[in-house]
Amino acid sequence: MNADMSLQLQQRVQNAYEDKTALAIIGGNSKAFYGRAVTAETLSLADHTGVLSYEPTELVITARSGTPLKEIEALLDQHGQMLPFEPPAFNEDATIGGTIACNLSGPRRAYAGAARDYLLGCKIINGKGEILKFGGEVMKNVAGYDVSRLMAGAMGTLGVLLEVSLKVLPKPETEITQLFNCSANEAIDKMHAWSQTPLPISATSFHDSVLSVRFSGATKAVNAAVDNVGGEVMENAEKYWQDLKEQRLDFFNSDKPLWRLSLASDIESLSFEENPDDTFYEWGGALRWLKSDESAETIHAAMDEFDGHASLFRHADKVNVFQPLTPGLMRIHKNLKTAFDPHNILNPGKLYPEL
Amino acid sequence: MNMTEHNIQAGNKVSLLKALLKLLPEDAVLHEEEDLHPYECDGLSAYRHLPMIVVLPDTFEQVQAVLRLCYQCEVPVVARGAGTGLSGGALPLDNGVLLSLAKFKDIIHIDPKRRIARVQPGVRNLAISQAVDQFGLYYAPDPSSQIACTIGGNVAENSGGVHCLKYGLTVHNIQQLKIITIDGELLTIGGSGLDSAGYDLLALMTGSEGMLGVIVEVTVKLLPKPERAQVILAAFDNVVKAGEAVGNIISAGIIPAGLEMMDKLAISAAEDFVHAGYPLDAEAILLCELDGTNEEVSEHVAKVREVLQQSGATEVRTAKDEAERLTFWKGRKAAFPAVGRLSPDYYCMDGTIPRKQLPRVLEAMAELSKDYNLPVANVFHAGDGNLHPLILYDANIPGELERTEEFGGKILELCVEVGGTITGEHGVGIEKINQMCVQFNPLELTQFHAVKAAFDPQSLLNPGKAVPTLHRCAEFGAMHVHKGELPFPELERF
Repeated sequence: MNADMSLQLQQRVQNAYEDKTALAIIGGNSKAFYGRAVTAETLSLADHTGVLSYEPTELVITARSGTPLKEIEALLDQHGQMLPFEPPAFNEDATIGGTIACNLSGPRRAYAGAARDYLLGCKIINGKGEILKFGGEVMKNVAGYDVSRLMAGAMGTLGVLLEVSLKVLPKPETEITQLFNCSANEAIDKMHAWSQTPLPISATSFHDSVLSVRFSGATKAVNAAVDNVGGEVMENAEKYWQDLKEQRLDFFNSDKPLWRLSLASDIESLSFEENPDDTFYEWGGALRWLKSDESAETIHAAMDEFDGHASLFRHADKVNVFQPLTPGLMRIHKNLKTAFDPHNILNPGKLYPEL
Repeated sequence: MNMTEHNIQAGNKVSLLKALLKLLPEDAVLHEEEDLHPYECDGLSAYRHLPMIVVLPDTFEQVQAVLRLCYQCEVPVVARGAGTGLSGGALPLDNGVLLSLAKFKDIIHIDPKRRIARVQPGVRNLAISQAVDQFGLYYAPDPSSQIACTIGGNVAENSGGVHCLKYGLTVHNIQQLKIITIDGELLTIGGSGLDSAGYDLLALMTGSEGMLGVIVEVTVKLLPKPERAQVILAAFDNVVKAGEAVGNIISAGIIPAGLEMMDKLAISAAEDFVHAGYPLDAEAILLCELDGTNEEVSEHVAKVREVLQQSGATEVRTAKDEAERLTFWKGRKAAFPAVGRLSPDYYCMDGTIPRKQLPRVLEAMAELSKDYNLPVANVFHAGDGNLHPLILYDANIPGELERTEEFGGKILELCVEVGGTITGEHGVGIEKINQMCVQFNPLELTQFHAVKAAFDPQSLLNPGKAVPTLHRCAEFGAMHVHKGELPFPELERF
């Protein structure tokens, strides 16, 4: 699929700007559960598709935002490369634009970086209907403010993504996952001890007394690391990490509100955790999934204490979703929103009611 | 704040001085001309200006008080770290206050478990790695000025270094910032986790060249030191072949820790200076550093040697020990001063290009070098496409600096033309402000100004840097039409 809908999309945004009509931006609608509810006319990016350039030796791919994530991953795979941040898709229709707008990253994130870390540039339509290009297709670029990365995680509230350029990396030669039986605190200690050494770790998870550690890299290096740390080899490890990233593991099979907690990796226990089975650890302890009926106020207040943040990821009221910002930060956020979207037409309220 | 202070007008040095002395100790306010001279320029010494007043606060409260005063009196403020920047980002204003962060030089806390260090902005880049070495950790970004440059300046410029391809820039290696806005508000950006709520202000602040806020604290991420590092030196009889070899290494699935290229002029200058054992008959050399675990490095060294040979290298040498590895690097690290010995002055450029465009860019640069009759040595972060052409000139020859700048500007425009950028890691500052008009259109520049206004509506923080006014671009465009024949040659142009 390859279709340039830039001008039609621009026209829609220009009309919305003039009429002050709100637009709800969607790609593949694969992450519709995420974020606050937006009541607005739909602006679909699903038909704006196509890889615009990909040169494996340059380690850069540029694609229109509606390009399916799976198409990009398949193309990279043909050349032995990958999106290093291992983005979750959540369904077949996920697009690269939605992936960047949500800035969600998978198991490799703690060891390789997030979606925003691999974003080199983007083309957007701002809230006035202007097509603007920031960043570029090169690794090092400090000309102008880093508006591209500002778009990552802004959930479409600052601009409609038209094109994104991403840095890609070679796939590791070998991956082996080792399993260890231990308690949560032992798992946290182990993960920290290893993270201070040059072991080639590329993913970690802990749940139900099992610590899983994935090693990636040159075959000899991975084998040496496995010999060094011990544990049992996990069978079908590739499927396990896929299922974790896509939230297909049994843990995620629940109707309870699912919280995503991002906090310092060495926090041992959280006051509102009742049943240890309701917490799933990733990213060396820095990301925790929590099934909880606690109120958003309680969870957000607890996260403030740890200088972390919590988002209500699934099965939510779609109101109190994200960690409240301090008044000073909210002021800057509101000013930025006005700077990009003066009539507040792009995904209004998706992130915070004020934006 | 009393009424007198409210009424201070920009440029009214006496009343501003009086107000500042109420906020800061006497020795933290410099105003005599002789005391101001050390601050007249940064690493781009061709541009000099005396600031009206220099302040050296040492607490958040003092910085807040100074900024509030300047905000109320509408006095511009330029923040400064070590002053090693190469684009004139810290060039003072004669009607402004220069805010030095030099007294903020404490490492506040090292947390080896979380692999972070919380430091004040005036801490030197290298000092961080030295302080955390005892835990087997280091801070990855290593700009060539790392011995002197400070972390606050690194964040303001989004500094890189020779290890960016594998380990990223400053933006990839920081976790939290404390900044003070122009109206004196202290903000904490980022958190204890790997991401934070809301917009990515951490990325927006990084590389914002002191235009959005004053950085007063930085939490950096630390990495475990690699078990082993090994460097390979390869010689080529042709620069294009060396460029292709870089692509071939990456195609083999290897991301080297560092991948540097030097051309013939740079090789001979460096060899002459530090005797690194570089082959003098080569047209280009590549230095390829591989790091990681012992096994990984061994495997990759063998693979890279093979790729280099297949790519037509005339010679491939692996450093036989740590001493030789350091010697190989010494030549590269001394390349700038070494080239400096060839001519009274040199001008270091900083563009990035898609690597495949290297032959075209080198060829065009050689043409320009002939046209301007100014030699160019090339040092190249080849892995990530970041070029550092060094133009050799003599500032004592009337008009030669101007010709050099014009030549440099052409090189940057060439980088944009081939799909690259006018600055890879040195920043725009005052130096490349005209070329911003080439890289961005008026709508994009207007969006940048709106971003600035979201933080600094009166444009008091480092005004006139990094993002040109549309008016300036219109004038620059006019200059372009006439090529070399500028409409008002008597006017200063920066």
